[in-house]
Formats: sequence, structure tokens, C-alpha cells
Amino acid sequence: MVINSRFFNRSELIGFIVLAAVLFVILPLSLDVFRLNLVAKYLTYAFVAIGLVLCWGYGGILSLGQGVFFGLGGYCMAMFLKLEASSVENTKIQSTPGIPDFMDWNQITSLPLFWQPFHSLSFTILAIILVPGLFALIIGTAMFKRRVGGTYFAIITQAVAAILTILIVGQQGYTGGINGMTDLRTLKGWDIRPDHAKVILYFVEVVLLFACIGIAQFIRLTKLGRILVAMREQEDRVRFSGYSVANFKIFAFCMAAIFAAIGGAMFALNVGFMSPSFVGIVPSIEMVIYTAVGGRMSIFGAVWGSILVNFAKTSLSESFPQLWLFGLGALFIAVVLAFPNGLSGIWADYVQPRIDRLFAARKPKPAAWTDDSVADGAPAE
Amino acid sequence: MSDEANKGLLSPLRRKLLMGMAAVPAITMLPRASFAQAPATSAVNTTGLAVTDTEVTVGILHSATGTMAISETGSIEAEKLAIEQINATGGVLGRKIKFIQEDGASDWPTFAEKAKKLLVNDKVAAIMGCWTSASRKAVLPVMEQYNGMLYYPTFYEGLEQSKNVIYTGQEATQQILAGLNWIAKEKGAKSFFFIGSDYIWPRTSNKIARKHVENVLKGKVVGEEYYALGSTQFNSVINKIKLTKPDVIFTDVVGGSNVAFYKQLKAAGIDLSKQALLTISVTEDEIDGIGGENIAGAYACMKYFQSLDNPNNKTFVPAFKKLWGEKTVIGDVTQAAYLGPWLWKLTVEKAGSFDVDKIATASPGVEFKGAPEGYVRIHENHHLWSKTRVGRAKLDGQFELIYETADLVEPDPFPKGYQ
Repeated sequence: MVINSRFFNRSELIGFIVLAAVLFVILPLSLDVFRLNLVAKYLTYAFVAIGLVLCWGYGGILSLGQGVFFGLGGYCMAMFLKLEASSVENTKIQSTPGIPDFMDWNQITSLPLFWQPFHSLSFTILAIILVPGLFALIIGTAMFKRRVGGTYFAIITQAVAAILTILIVGQQGYTGGINGMTDLRTLKGWDIRPDHAKVILYFVEVVLLFACIGIAQFIRLTKLGRILVAMREQEDRVRFSGYSVANFKIFAFCMAAIFAAIGGAMFALNVGFMSPSFVGIVPSIEMVIYTAVGGRMSIFGAVWGSILVNFAKTSLSESFPQLWLFGLGALFIAVVLAFPNGLSGIWADYVQPRIDRLFAARKPKPAAWTDDSVADGAPAE
Repeated sequence: MSDEANKGLLSPLRRKLLMGMAAVPAITMLPRASFAQAPATSAVNTTGLAVTDTEVTVGILHSATGTMAISETGSIEAEKLAIEQINATGGVLGRKIKFIQEDGASDWPTFAEKAKKLLVNDKVAAIMGCWTSASRKAVLPVMEQYNGMLYYPTFYEGLEQSKNVIYTGQEATQQILAGLNWIAKEKGAKSFFFIGSDYIWPRTSNKIARKHVENVLKGKVVGEEYYALGSTQFNSVINKIKLTKPDVIFTDVVGGSNVAFYKQLKAAGIDLSKQALLTISVTEDEIDGIGGENIAGAYACMKYFQSLDNPNNKTFVPAFKKLWGEKTVIGDVTQAAYLGPWLWKLTVEKAGSFDVDKIATASPGVEFKGAPEGYVRIHENHHLWSKTRVGRAKLDGQFELIYETADLVEPDPFPKGYQ
């Protein structure tokens, strides 16, 4: 086995293999391109959810504004794609050809300065990571250095989400307003709309997702991860031990922001669309729900949570167009009431013991892994 | 060019064939046989749409949940009524219409996802749907990529034209210009104050209205203000109105904001029987929420009012109420949504095929004489020729027809001189 047994313990290894098998082999073979593209859309939220596992599950920082970073990443990508779709030939019908259509509708006659760099793909990729990262750094520094945390922090992140939505909607000449940026077509001349492009984008996304899972797992296993958990459980003790709590929190928050931004950029590519409806309070809370359903202590759980909740959303709304929201609500209540640790809790309580027994029957050797007992400790509120 | 010439040769032939086929059941007087006599599926469906020998599937794509549900429910109801009526009279090319309803959930990307699902998975022959411009903009690339046919019911800002969309509502010039002309003439109005919600439709509409006021009517726009969607505080703009004393308040405030706006206007002592107010965004549906007593006296510029006195409307309104309840009201967009399935049926019969390409080319010139608004015809640019009407809101929430254009107004989505 290539994977270092210390990097994944046995249950995580099983989780990893199952997820990799499903995403790389089973889904692409069993779904048609339309459904596969939907899965790609669901997975964009999994990036956010992994970030939330780090920042909320481990660091104890509940952010109700991840939509902001998802949106920033998505808008950066969408701006690049929109510029490419607004070539002079494509926009001959406008009064000013060569600028995005929504600018033309809003009587803007030349490309605004902050749009100019988005002609370059390498700048765009940098911006997708740096813009949300820096923004998170500023918010994080402003909050955590002043020791604002817990509920107050959650409320402030909500406010930021609301402000950004209002800003995007209000500045429609520069952002496309409530319509968002639609009709994104090509990436460096490569059409992102046909079926084969969707399949390629799906695999690119899955590879990126596993890279993020790897980074998250790495952070979790290093000393840094232990400090995050310690901070969540007893912030003052960590501070008195000489650690700078604020810096660790800022780090976790920035990582979550960057993961969310990658998800947002993949969203713009896969769906061909970006709009303020992914930035606001409601989508941000939904992202927290995905994490909660999956189990906020589990990286793989978060991925499964994102896939399953969104799958439920799609299939319920296809079967019951008038009533599906009630069904979805009932599902959330049921999961939270019955399984407070989410799907990964179900796995750990019901499935894992059986597997362990199976292994134990073959190799009678006590499990030496104790990390879980620390990590899965009492939830911090 | 040669392509079109070929079609020109083929289509009358096909139409004659169809006419002959349509006559067969009439002679035998056997309704059952009529389905058996329908043209072969392989002939009318060459692109693999969901058409069988007895059925054809269409999609209905509106928000049944979320903030837009209140507006879009009327459209869903109208489309279902039209489909039911078409089925009762023999269907389309001898096939019953079956519909698949999807919920856009007031969320634009969901609209795009569901449109794609309807086209790719369900292979629907046409989609009746969308309401807001944002949802249409989201769906449009999907319709063009997968070559679907969308019947879009809402009055909208124009600046768009697609082979894959039939716009059954009015574009901005059709809705606005005649109304402004009328109020300028009737009320001697010279100064206008614009208030709108802050998004693309009000902004574009006001841009067109401003050009018309300034260049054609030689009047003046004394103020132009925008409020975020869902906004409920209009006191500052009402103060400005009191200061500038415009001859006409011209509004395109949408959705729930209307309720606050008209209540605050009334509370501020602006009496709509003395102060002229022209709205292009309030239909009978909105008055349901605003309350007739708050808006009585205001003028609305639409193409349809529930109170229209013509034979088509006199059968349409009772049929609608019979299906959806006595208390329902029918607004402009609801009527436009009702046109969708009918226009599609008529176009399919003209083209003699369900193929989207053939429907797109056959659409110009299709006329629907049974329209509740009177008579409509599809223009080359896929919009409808229709009349502009001005109505005055009454206490009971209905409009009284005050003025209508003598002729159908030509749709002009890219108006010259108004850009």
C-alpha cells in the first residue's frame, strides 16, 4: 500500500478507498453526463465543507459566511470566462462591442480597471486563491486579534455575507447584479459546455478535491491540528501555554476560505454560471448544514454530506416540485435529532465496530490509535 | 438561402397532407380513431424528442417555492389550463400533451439545472417557463446549447432575441411608449419622476422611458431613484416627490416592495386620484397584496387586464376560476403564460413537426385568435405583436380599461435611438 499507514488510520483508509472508488470509478461509469455534471456541482460544496471541518469541527470557529469566499473564488473565475465570452465578434450587437453584455446594458462604455487583469488566466488562478485568502486574513486578524469569537464571530461573518451580496447586486454594471454572470463559454478557447468537457472538468475537480482532502488530513495530523483541537476545548489554557491563539485561528479560517474559493471557481467552470445567490446568508448556512449532516469532525463525512444533501435536494424537487422543501427540512431535523454526529457518526457507531470485529477476529491485536478519542471529544460551543 | 427555398416548397405540401389527415376523423366522426390517424411519429419527430404515437411531453419550469412563487404560481396555473384545454380539443397533431413540472425554486442556477434536466433527460418538446429576467438569462445558454424551445411569459427589458425563445410578454418599448404618449396627451404631463427596483428590467425600462420623455415628448425627468429588491423604506423618495411635484410618478418597483411603497405613499398624503401615477409593474396579482384601497386611482400600463370585455376573455376568466378557485385573480403575465402552450400547438401544426428547428422557422406569422387579450401574432423576432393598454386601478383590485392602442404594437427588442 502506497499510503502511509500513519497518514490514514484504518477507518480513514477504508473511507478514502471507498470515496475514491465511488468518485473515480463508480459514478463516472454509472451516470450519464448530465447527472455526472450534477455530481460535479455537488462536489464544489464539498470543498467548502472540508474547509468547515478544519475551521469549525477542529478549530471550533463557526463561520456562517463561507458563501463569501465561495463567491469570491467563483466570481474571479467567472470574470475571466466572461471576458473570454465577450470577444468583439461575440458582442457585435452591443453599443460597445468587446465588453460583457451586462456592462453594455448599464451604459458602461469601457472595461473597468479592476476587470483588466482578468484577461490573464494565470492572474485569475492566483486571484482565486489570494483574493479570498487575503480577505479572510483581514477579517480574521480584525476579529481574532481582538478576541472576538464564538457567536459574535458567526454573526459578523453573516453580516459580511449580507454586505457582499448587497454590493454585488447594487453594482450591477460591474458585477452583473442579481442576474449574475451567465453564458460562460470557453476556457482559453476550449469550450466548457459540451459533454466531453464536462467529463474532463469532473475529473479535474475530483483530483483537486483529493488534493484538498490530503492537505486537510495533513494539517489535522500535524502538531497544528492538535493545537486547533486544544484551542477549541480550552482556549485559555493554550494561550497560557504560550501559543498565539489568534494566529492559529486566522490560519484555520484562511485555509477554509481558500478551500471554499477553489470550490467556487470549480462551480463557475462546471455550471457555467455565477450569481449572488451563492454568496448570501442562506447558501452560507446551507454549507454549514452539509458539514453538519456529514459530521463536522470527519473530512470524508463532509464530502458525503455535500453529495447526499444536494442529491436529496435534486431528487426531492424533481419528484415533489411543490412540497420538496418540507421533505428536505424533515430530513435535516431527523438527522440532527437522531444522529448529532452526522453520517460519520452513524459510520463510527454502527459500521466501524463491525469492521473492527472482523479484523479483530483475524488479528487479535489491540488498536493503538488514540487520536480519535481526543478529536471526537465533547463538542465546543 | 437554398435551404429556405426548399422548405418553402416542402411546407405547403406537408400542410396539405396534414389537412387531409385532419379531415379523416371529422368524416368518420370517431374520436378514438383520431389518435390512430395522427401522423407517424417518425415523420413529425426526427430529433428524438419525447413524442410517442399518443403523447407529447412538454416541461413547465417555474418557481413553485421561494420568493417568486407568489408571482409564478399564476403562470403555472395558466399553462396547465391551456394544456388541459388543448387536450380536450384533440391535442397536438393527434397527441395528448403530457407535462413534467420542475421547480426553479426562485434560484437562477436551479432554473438552469432543471432546464437542462428537462431537455437532456426528459427530451421535452418545449418548455413553458421562467419569470424573472435573471432566470431567463440563466436558462438561455442551456436552451441554445441543447436546442430547446422556451415560451417565456413575462414582460421584460428587451435587448434579447433568440431562435430558441418565444417571448409571449411585451418587451420594454411595447409596454412603455404608448402609455407615456397617452399620459402626456391626456394629462398634459411634462415632468416625470422615475422610481424602480434596482436590477436590469427597471433600469432598462427607465432608460427607454427617459429617452422617450426627453426626445419625443419634450418633457423632463425630475428624478430617478432605485431601491434594492425587497426594500421597504420609501420615505425619502416620497419626500423628494413632494418637493419636486412631478406631473407623473412613473414606477417599476417589483414584488413585495410594492406593498410598502403604496402604503407609504398613501400615508404621506399623496392622493392618487389627484397625483398621476403610471406603473408598469403592478398587475391584479400585486394588488392582491397591496390592497385596492391603497392603489385605487393609479394607472397601469399592460397588455391585458382581467376586466377586458371581449368574447375570448369572457370564456377564459370563468374557465380559469373554475379550475383554480373563485378567488384567484389573473394578471398580465398569467395571461401571457396561457398563450405559450397555444402558440406552441399552433406552430407545431403549422410546421407539421415537433422538431425545434422547424418550429423556430415556422413561428413568425403564427396567429392566435383565441387569446384572452384579443389577437396576437408572432413577429419575425420571436416576440408578439400585441396592443398596449392603460387601466386604472379600482377599489376592488381590478383595473378599468381607460385606453388601448388602435393597432397592434410592433415588438422592437433593440429599439434604435433608445439605447
